[in-house]
Amino acid sequence: MTEKTQKEPLFHVVKRDTVSRRKEWTIRAVAIISALILCSGIIAMFTGDNPVEIYRSIFLGAFGSERKTWITLQNISVLLIISLALTPAFKMQFWNIGGEGQVLIGGLASAACMICFGEKLPNGMVILLMVITSVAAGAVWALIPAVLKARWNTNETLSTLMMNYIAIQLTAYYIIVWEVPKGSGKIGIINQNTAVGWLPNVGNKYLLPIIVAVIVTAFIYIYQKYTKHGFEIAVVGESRNTALYAGIKVERVIVRTMLLSGAICGLAGLLLVGGINHTVTTTIVDSQGFTGVMVSWLAKFNPIAMIATSFLIVFMDRGASEISTAFGLNQSFADILTGILLFFIIGCEFFIRYRISFRTGKEKH
Amino acid sequence: MIDLVAFIPRAIQQGIPLMYGSCGETITEKSGNLNLGIPGVMYVGGISGVIGSFFYEQSCAGKGMNGALAIMIPLACSLLGSLLMGLLYSFLTVSLRANQNVTGLAMTTFGIGFGNFFGGSLIKISGADVPSIALSATSGYFSRSLPFAGSLGWFGKIFLSYGFLAYTAVVISLLTAYVFKHTRMGLHLRSVGESPATADAAGINVTKYKYVATCIGCMIAGLGGLYYVMDYACGVWSNDAFGDRGWLAIALVIFTIWKPDIGILSSVLFGGLYILYLYLPTGMDHMELKELYKMLPYIVTLIVLIITSMRNKREDQPPQSLGTNYFREER
Repeated sequence: MTEKTQKEPLFHVVKRDTVSRRKEWTIRAVAIISALILCSGIIAMFTGDNPVEIYRSIFLGAFGSERKTWITLQNISVLLIISLALTPAFKMQFWNIGGEGQVLIGGLASAACMICFGEKLPNGMVILLMVITSVAAGAVWALIPAVLKARWNTNETLSTLMMNYIAIQLTAYYIIVWEVPKGSGKIGIINQNTAVGWLPNVGNKYLLPIIVAVIVTAFIYIYQKYTKHGFEIAVVGESRNTALYAGIKVERVIVRTMLLSGAICGLAGLLLVGGINHTVTTTIVDSQGFTGVMVSWLAKFNPIAMIATSFLIVFMDRGASEISTAFGLNQSFADILTGILLFFIIGCEFFIRYRISFRTGKEKH
Repeated sequence: MIDLVAFIPRAIQQGIPLMYGSCGETITEKSGNLNLGIPGVMYVGGISGVIGSFFYEQSCAGKGMNGALAIMIPLACSLLGSLLMGLLYSFLTVSLRANQNVTGLAMTTFGIGFGNFFGGSLIKISGADVPSIALSATSGYFSRSLPFAGSLGWFGKIFLSYGFLAYTAVVISLLTAYVFKHTRMGLHLRSVGESPATADAAGINVTKYKYVATCIGCMIAGLGGLYYVMDYACGVWSNDAFGDRGWLAIALVIFTIWKPDIGILSSVLFGGLYILYLYLPTGMDHMELKELYKMLPYIVTLIVLIITSMRNKREDQPPQSLGTNYFREER
């Protein structure tokens, strides 16, 4: 060829054949630690505190007291459930970013049961209805994009995104219909005096979501790893053509998996409304539908690893909000730090999959 | 009946940020990058401009401001901010081959956090003694319309009553459409998005095209954020006010079937749908209906999405390699 090829580039990228588990996690750990160092530098810049002190406050923000520890664990559980819900869909390369809407509509369904049947039915019946309707609502919200995808190959990223906003506006509508007192624009705590429809306390009031999260984790782990459904999802995700050739009904797998995804999201909505907040607002999900996408992907769709990634995100989030409260900074500080952490972890995946080999003198012409 | 002379200018003002956003995203998507970070980029573009002009206004407090500088400083800051976001996205997805969806969502988290953080804490950090960020002086320069617009009746009101950034948006959209259709550069860009392997074999520098398209796309989208703060919101930054416009801009790309010239009218249409709830009658005791009317833009997008996928026409399809990364040795 021409002279252009004479000069060898400074480095080139080679795909790694295999990476030992240990090396893989070392690379990830290095990325997380460097992200944390950068974050503490940024915090130090804004607050003028020394970095060691900052880490102490981050840690205390998440685990400073018994109550804080329980809330941290509860937040991890909710995020974990949402992430787990999205995982089977991602595994078959269905980019469901509608977790937000599916959780919210589940929560709205629970709230509807609490409000409409609160005075007519016994507590047990109301809770049963809440479970059924919220799971069904979440499933329906996921079913619509799934059917569109299966039938007409409609872009699922955008259809699920639009479903989010439809859910948000629907919630906004019902909030005004049910608002207490009239004109306040919010519902307030539902059934404050009777506590009808409040999910029962197991041990203490934080434990229920944690137990549900453990069950869902185990379920998704087994579902993905040991069942026929899980196998079919993996095949569809790897290659649609292979799946068709193997006689897997791709459309059916898509619809079935999304139903499951949406149902678990609806369950998360039930926990948020019936178990934790006892009210519904349009921001109750707090972007966890989006965060869940990242939690799931960072863990490489492995339910067990997801415990660690959701822990990391919630830990940073609570720690950063502690710092911002202490120094009178804006609460969005946490989002910036989470973003930086995510960029580092996303970037480090490259070094797990590829190796950079630098130009050596020997090969020169 | 809706008062059209009042309605159309408002719809256009709502549509301009969407026009910038969707035009930028179209350029990015034509190179095969599905940048879901656009909402974050638009926040960053807006707040960078605010930071720039905040310090400029502070530095010449009381004294007269230079009109050219008052426009150039926020503009340059905004472009720089969104350029950095574009570089970050390209570095992660093109050089490091990270998953585009995840990178985009992380950028949105980061960008919205960045915007709200500085919007809420800028005064505290800089130690200025003002109650809130109100850049009305700078905004005055940005939203200045042609002097004779007021004297032309309804024509002036509908077509001439906007700040210069509104017309820039239209010009950029038309220019982009021209570049796509009629230049070699546009042809190369489209081929990179359709089939990077083929483009690579034809001697096109795929990496360069992806980088440049993503960065230019982000800079254009960032201007949408700047327009929103400086012109539409009269220089007042309030947290989360920009809302979901970034996501709507991404949806608009599909609505316009990847054609920026169609984007001009459809942005205005979307802008209209966005504020239509203010004009539809509800009666005093059914205020809740307004919340249902606000659903309209999303439902319309969903329907269009379904129709385009049902018709399945070849020229209406997204770039073939959209959302996938290219690595020469992995073909």
